[in-house]
Amino acid sequence: MLHGFVLIVVFQYAGEAAARLAGLPTPGPVVGLAALALLAVAWPALYRVAEPTADALLRHLSLLFIPAGVGVLQHLDLLRAELAGLLAVLVLSTLITMGVTALVFALLARPAGESAP
Amino acid sequence: MRDAMTGPVAADFWVYLATSPLFWLALTLSVYLGADRLSALSGRNSLVNPVLIAIVALGAVLIATGTSYETYFEGAQFVHVLLGPATVALAIPIVRHRGEIRRNLLPLVVALLVGAVVGIASAVGLAIALGLDAALVASLAPKSVTAPIAMGVAREIGGVPELTAVLVIATGITGAALVTPVLNLLRVRDWRARGFAVGLAAHGIGTARALQVNPVAGTFAGLAMALNGLVTAFAAPLVVAWLVG
Repeated sequence: MLHGFVLIVVFQYAGEAAARLAGLPTPGPVVGLAALALLAVAWPALYRVAEPTADALLRHLSLLFIPAGVGVLQHLDLLRAELAGLLAVLVLSTLITMGVTALVFALLARPAGESAP
Repeated sequence: MRDAMTGPVAADFWVYLATSPLFWLALTLSVYLGADRLSALSGRNSLVNPVLIAIVALGAVLIATGTSYETYFEGAQFVHVLLGPATVALAIPIVRHRGEIRRNLLPLVVALLVGAVVGIASAVGLAIALGLDAALVASLAPKSVTAPIAMGVAREIGGVPELTAVLVIATGITGAALVTPVLNLLRVRDWRARGFAVGLAAHGIGTARALQVNPVAGTFAGLAMALNGLVTAFAAPLVVAWLVG
């Protein structure tokens, strides 16, 4: 578990360093995610070390964004002033995104599951 | 906190607690556990979202006790710093499902790229059309992806990460609540497509919903959540620059 944690943090900082060196506007941990996914496929030992820690972190993913969410207290005025607009954008954009994604996937996918050879 | 102020001993103890980072850390964990219990009791009703409940409850405590966010964050930061490692950890479910990725490569890649761009562009386009200010537009752009990634992206493109965290949660609840009626209306019956769509548009909260409904949908939702986190992190700065610029 601790080995996995150290490994994951090493990938996070390696990702951060790579993003800065390359001048990418991408968060370091995302570069670390991509690097770990690629290397863990090539080298299963990495996967085995990271897996228990990763699963533990992801099981409580919701917990991790509570402190930042509470930070909205500092922006209540902005939120209150724009509430109607924000809600409209959220609902419409989410509906459009789900609909388009599902239609594109279903259109291109071979007939599903049970009946496939 | 009037009760705590009734005696000098209680008042002293409150002063001690209120400045102790461990107290705010423990309170964050307790409130999360309580909110998660409420969600379980509701039968995981998508409208009873534990994160939303916990944020409202903790916010109410801070306001009622006159505690500053900075004081609260001295304790809560120990949870907050795990957002980075949790993002890296999303590599593991992607590797675990690489068989499914390979078998459905074409629909997956095309739906992923189209969905990611539509997710960002529709949020940014609608926000601009409604005249929201630039910080809000940037905070909305990554709303479909899991919070640790969305907050990192928001910071990169001039948004407000704390606001993005709340918008991400609201998007998750919206997607989880609307996915069934909308995809029924569009007559999409393929569980892979339904799961992929809700995971892409509504990240972990949508994925949790898909898992409750159908295991195939759940697998594809988890996959879409992780992959869209990756694509949106790269695409959001470009799409925003293109639409705003």
